[in-house]
Amino acid sequence: MAIATPAGAAGSSSPFVNPQKGLPDNVFLTTLNAASSWARKNSLWPMPFATACCGIELMATASSRHDLARFGAEVMRFSPRQCDLMIVAGRVAMKMMPVLQRIWLQMPEPKWCISMGACACTGGVFDTYAVVQGVDRFIPVDLYVPGCPPRPEQLIAGIMQIQELVQRTGTMQGTEFQYRNRPTGPAPFDADEIIRIREGQLQLTPLELPVSLKQAQTPTLTQATP
Amino acid sequence: MDFAALNEHLGGVLKSEAFRDNNRVIVPANRLEELMSHLKHVGGFDFLSDVTCVDYLEYPGATDRFGVVYVLVNTATRERLIVKTFVNDPAPKLPSMYSLWKTADWTEREVYDLFGIHFTGHPNLQRILCPPEFESHALRKDYPLKGRGERHNFPVITRAES
Repeated sequence: MAIATPAGAAGSSSPFVNPQKGLPDNVFLTTLNAASSWARKNSLWPMPFATACCGIELMATASSRHDLARFGAEVMRFSPRQCDLMIVAGRVAMKMMPVLQRIWLQMPEPKWCISMGACACTGGVFDTYAVVQGVDRFIPVDLYVPGCPPRPEQLIAGIMQIQELVQRTGTMQGTEFQYRNRPTGPAPFDADEIIRIREGQLQLTPLELPVSLKQAQTPTLTQATP
Repeated sequence: MDFAALNEHLGGVLKSEAFRDNNRVIVPANRLEELMSHLKHVGGFDFLSDVTCVDYLEYPGATDRFGVVYVLVNTATRERLIVKTFVNDPAPKLPSMYSLWKTADWTEREVYDLFGIHFTGHPNLQRILCPPEFESHALRKDYPLKGRGERHNFPVITRAES
């Protein structure tokens, strides 16, 4: 045994020796995947993509009463290059979606995404031309936190579930993501949206009969009048 | 503002309305520039507080499609005056008030963005709220509330490519 044991502690009955594995104290066996995931899940650095009132609850979660630091996730970074947990808090407008996608692409792997609140998940009450009906249509989302807005306890529960997810599926090299090459959200275009697009095209280019049809029509009219 | 004198100066084309302390002058679109210039230089209305627009499509009793509303303020006497004019499809067009009041810059861009009214003589008539590739005018009554797919016209990013 390479590790020096204190005098008088030699032997199988020593309290400094792990009786189950025969290892000395402060030594444990694990896999690299599990060890890196354990480190990552306890030091999640969130990217606060706060665009509306959910952002206030996100701030409350980080502040002293709810104290997100208990879960190692208090380091809010405003640079996406230093983050590994995107928290989309609030409605995402049509003009904000390219920004969100760009920030998501700038975050280094491994990274996770929480969609926080009704608006980020589904568009909420804002079913208008300017609001994206759920960010999961365009970026991958790992966890949805419902509520309008969710209480800080709900967000903490979500972060704890993300920690569980990281521990369960995380790999040292982040290779668990490369097989997820299919979009997991709903289809970007709903059926009624396609109908509205067609109506718009009809309206923008006013319906006008082709010349051949017009010429064919006029003789029939003249024949019909007498 | 003495309405009778103003109407006489314009040759009797104006109409006036009042509701509580809200005084309105209704002017034909081709005499708007003349009226506004007179209101600024003679009437002392040195501040254009707001430019906005109303779409009267399917409005009961309305004869014109768009009503464009200018809110003027005389900062010396604190008097307010609302000037209203009407324009119609196709290609609704009005002279820009940018040469008289610089605040018309952004407010007219907003009206152009949301109602599609062109202000001739505006130095920078671009969209101000909607993205530049937006094709419709969102506050027109014939534009559907849920839009025409603009809100979902983005690439889908999957886990493997991000």
